[in-house]
Amino acid sequence: MSHDPLIIVLIAMIGGAIRVSTPFMFVALGECLTEKSGRINLGLEGTLVLGAMLAYATAYQTGSPWLGILAGGAAGVFLGSLHGYLCKLPKVNDIAVGIAMMSFGIGLAFFFGKPYIQPQAPRLPAIPLGGWTGVPQLAEALQINPLFLVGIAAAIVMAWAFANTKWGLIIRTTGDSAAAARAMGVSVDWVRYLATTIGGFLAGVGGSFLSLSYPGSWNEGLSSGQGLMAVALVIFARWSPIRCVMAALLFGAAGALGPSLQSVGITQGYYLFNAAPYILTLLILIASSGSQQAFRAAPGELSITK
Amino acid sequence: MLTMAGVNRRKFLQTTAASAAGLTLGTASFRAARAATDLTVGVIYVGARDDFGWNQAHAVAVQALKGVPGVKVVEEENVPETDAVAKTMESMINLDGAALILPTSFGYYSPFMIEEAKSHPDVQFRHAAPLWTDKDPKNAGSYFAFLDQAHYIDGVAAGAASVSGKLGFVAAKPIGIVLRNINSFLLGARTVNPKATCQVIFTGEWSLPVREAEATNALVDAGCDLITCHVDGPKVVIQTAESRGVKTCGHNASQAPLAPKGFVTGAEYKWITIYKGFAELLGKGQPLPNITFGGYDKDMVQNTPYGAGATDKARMAADAAIKDLKAGKPIWTTAVKDNKGQVVLPNAPYDNYAPDLNSMTYLIEGVIGSAS
Repeated sequence: MSHDPLIIVLIAMIGGAIRVSTPFMFVALGECLTEKSGRINLGLEGTLVLGAMLAYATAYQTGSPWLGILAGGAAGVFLGSLHGYLCKLPKVNDIAVGIAMMSFGIGLAFFFGKPYIQPQAPRLPAIPLGGWTGVPQLAEALQINPLFLVGIAAAIVMAWAFANTKWGLIIRTTGDSAAAARAMGVSVDWVRYLATTIGGFLAGVGGSFLSLSYPGSWNEGLSSGQGLMAVALVIFARWSPIRCVMAALLFGAAGALGPSLQSVGITQGYYLFNAAPYILTLLILIASSGSQQAFRAAPGELSITK
Repeated sequence: MLTMAGVNRRKFLQTTAASAAGLTLGTASFRAARAATDLTVGVIYVGARDDFGWNQAHAVAVQALKGVPGVKVVEEENVPETDAVAKTMESMINLDGAALILPTSFGYYSPFMIEEAKSHPDVQFRHAAPLWTDKDPKNAGSYFAFLDQAHYIDGVAAGAASVSGKLGFVAAKPIGIVLRNINSFLLGARTVNPKATCQVIFTGEWSLPVREAEATNALVDAGCDLITCHVDGPKVVIQTAESRGVKTCGHNASQAPLAPKGFVTGAEYKWITIYKGFAELLGKGQPLPNITFGGYDKDMVQNTPYGAGATDKARMAADAAIKDLKAGKPIWTTAVKDNKGQVVLPNAPYDNYAPDLNSMTYLIEGVIGSAS
């Protein structure tokens, strides 16, 4: 069974979805929250990298990867609240601040991360859920990291809260019409500040997954643009937390396609297969671009839709 | 316009500083005399000095160079292969008084280093890739080491240490130097286990940690029980393989600490041989050769001390093969086929430095993968 090339590729894609998707998921959820409140934070790539660095450093210094996750989140809170504060100032453009925060986060991470490239920090333990299958490849693919489950839970909670709670309503109102929110007596700036800060926290936690779980080390080339892709995934997922998770899973699975096809002997055209995630994204975007739903889902206050 | 002004001012400041230094020191010959007793070497890296890879291999050697009396080293890391490297060289020459510049990344060569060499004829430039030709400035040159010889030794040890005979290779791009390392690796393995195969996955980039981890996982899932690689920083590959419980061989620098259970050995550069040679020649006031190269026989490559993954058989076989290489015995002794069935290298045996070996465009029989 486990020698059929198709099965091998499928197992690799399931494994890839589980292994690679988590950082995309966290950054996309964080961005989803921020954008729902009517602001765009393009700086999450910087948050991801700084979160990864700080998580690794903390895990190394304290010996606890769990404290590392918190430190990664704290890095996100710092950058997110800075973004939120700066955008409260008059005539400040959130996209420009986001790009500045991206460079700032990456720069800080590289500067303070130097001494942590060499040492080895303890990694997050994984939960082996595939032992029952008896197939080593499948057992390996089902090594599930707790953060993956936390990410899915967070998406469900977010989706529920947006639809069913007062806070959800306040965030959505702020995102759709600042004037309506003000009429409700809500401080628009404050809501957006909080949404950006919590969004930053989530992205920072996503970064800690990169350095503490998979690939599980700190170096300066760690992220290779995953934070930026995740921001794009939010638009692709039409601002729905559940669809953010699905988009992240799809992206992870497509990313595993290139290496696993080579491993079963399909060795031609791997540059094309390596581009599979992006090609897939484009195809789905084109397929869904005709629907009016895409525009209806976009928060009305976003500077890209205004 | 503003940027231009900035650059000009920087140039102006540097030139002023340099001429001020020139005035204080007196004539140019005095400066040369100073260089004979007190040599400043400028080393430029494209990435982090401690990347467990290419840059670290250079940085370790530079560290040893600092211990040479009369040698002062200035270093700059994370210098992109752009105009930035020209500015770094300018500042090392004009502000630090460097008499020897060692730009260690491939893309620094042309036009940046060539232009600097033309405008600073009294400074020596040596670049770490086989690019110099006699049309280039005479104060420039190339140095490089044949790491394929150490990968061959990796292969000998791997062939003995692997139980399944299925070896895995995570490679960046299918270019000549990478293909040569893959081929030499399998050739070495087949001297011990004639049935050994080597499965290759190309990631397409020099540094892409997530895809390198995915490739390592895919190779282990395909049944490989020993993984090696040719990417810029092998840290992720070695760590992922170790966590999957398979053995590993390293690349570029020592990755032994990353894999306490499965590390066998690794192909390492020994740049210190070249660097010390340069420092000694300059110290004596003698000219540097334009081209310096070598392998095991010239002590320019080495293998990482054996790790826990190396069986006794692997150690003995690799030790014997190292002895042969040091004696200059050729690796490519018979004609081989590529993995499409074509005969390549028909005029075997080849000397280990034969030009035919420099331009490999194929993977040999037994390698599972495609070179194009």
